Amino acid sequence: MAKGVKPRVKVPKTAAAGDVITIKTLISHKMESGNRKDSDGNKIPRSIINRFTCDFNGENVIDITMEPAISTNPFFEFKAKVPESGEFKFTWYDDDGSVYEASKEIAVS
Amino acid sequence: MKITMTLLAASALALSAGASLADGHERIEIDGVELILAAPAPDYVEHLDKVMSGWLFRSAETQALELDDFDNPAFVFIDKGIDLFNEVDGSEGKSCASCHEDVAEFAGLRASMPRVVDGKVQTMEDIVNDMRVNYMGAEPWKWSGGEMTSVVGLISLQSRGMPVDVKIDGDAAPFWERGKELYYTRVGQLDMACANCHEDNFGKMIRADRLSQGQINGFPTYRLKNAKLNSIHGRFKGCMKNIRAKPFKEGSEEFRALELYLASRGAGLSVESPSVRN
Amino acid sequence: MKFTRRDALALGLGATAASFLPLRAMAATTDEVIAAFTGGADIAEGGVSLTAPEIAENGNTVPVSVDAPGAAAILLIATGNPSPGVATFNFGPLAGAQSAATRIRLAGTQEVIAIAKMPDGSFGKASQTVKVTIGGCGG
Repeated sequence: MAKGVKPRVKVPKTAAAGDVITIKTLISHKMESGNRKDSDGNKIPRSIINRFTCDFNGENVIDITMEPAISTNPFFEFKAKVPESGEFKFTWYDDDGSVYEASKEIAVS
Repeated sequence: MKITMTLLAASALALSAGASLADGHERIEIDGVELILAAPAPDYVEHLDKVMSGWLFRSAETQALELDDFDNPAFVFIDKGIDLFNEVDGSEGKSCASCHEDVAEFAGLRASMPRVVDGKVQTMEDIVNDMRVNYMGAEPWKWSGGEMTSVVGLISLQSRGMPVDVKIDGDAAPFWERGKELYYTRVGQLDMACANCHEDNFGKMIRADRLSQGQINGFPTYRLKNAKLNSIHGRFKGCMKNIRAKPFKEGSEEFRALELYLASRGAGLSVESPSVRN
Repeated sequence: MKFTRRDALALGLGATAASFLPLRAMAATTDEVIAAFTGGADIAEGGVSLTAPEIAENGNTVPVSVDAPGAAAILLIATGNPSPGVATFNFGPLAGAQSAATRIRLAGTQEVIAIAKMPDGSFGKASQTVKVTIGGCGG
């Protein structure tokens, strides 16, 4: 597991049924592109988060395939429909096999 | 002559900066806190009418990153700072939080830093390492290392919105004078002083980059260039390398004096830490 | 549309350079990335919007957003990067809009392309040139 990886997510706490809400996510990660060299001229191997998904109560909101061109500390902003109260689940998949997860509850009135 | 040059620089700024400056953003609000990003220059800043935050010199996209704490990538490091603040380290089995229950008690500290204590300029980094070594029995952190910038960022954030107000008289005076001298001394192969870029030519382009006044009210600052929090002394080193000078060391007497002088040049601006720059 | 002498020169250079292998290989990679996404289908102009700065202050972190109402997926490509793929946004049943924003790396001034895949199998495209500057002290 890459060191010091920390996810942040921003989801409104409440919404009305059927509302479209904006979600933002940020995760601390170097996103080593594989194109850089170290001070000795050796290639630094690629080490990125290659996929991010967001699901709500088991149903998919967005599924993003990521390449090395995504900036350090990957940020995403997107919209989700919330039909009922429940839980958003966020998952980031690292090249090294690590999986980082975060979740957020939302109450629908 | 000096005044004319400054006026010219200011008009060049207004002409070329487009919407971001033309509509006079001199106050912004972040998370419900108002920040003053331009203020009348203090009397001792002889050649400026107005002191201006570096935020005003950045593109609309870069500016936007700072306006929301979630969008601001510096906050992943602030989060790390919170973890470190609570993490027990060293022989005494203490964390920062063992003595300082709520980090909010540091509100106001950053606004008054650096300060002169026992005949020496004390910086935020000194305070953190003094606590680590003398109270926690822990190893000091590197001046510009990730741990230090994260915790300094977290403590500085507690003062966000407060006006920069450093003491420059009394026992601080000789250090302030020394800092001023450094600010106006040409060094390096390019034979340039801080003032040549940041006082005489702020607002103009240096290649594709717009020169700011070199204010330090937003440090530690997240730079898009290296995607991490940057310390004040680390930035000084970068500047000196750019003018092909041999940089002073982080924590050196020179950088301490310069930090005090530069902080005083930002008097009246709000503490803006952690800012976002290019 | 401003067309300066420098642009004309750059175009001329581009045309000459295209006959060299490395650049052709890179161009092919962009085509390959697109082909993998479209399966070789025709791509119409429009149906997707791409928002990116005209000039990026630093190529390390360039804010970009895409929006294609009704799309199943959007492919984002940076044609001038060592590998042109940036991201593919696949929208699930609970997507509130077929839009997303992110921050990307651009190795230099180049064309950024967004291609939307519609549920009926058609494709739409938008592109924008983003100038990436080499800073003085900031860059």
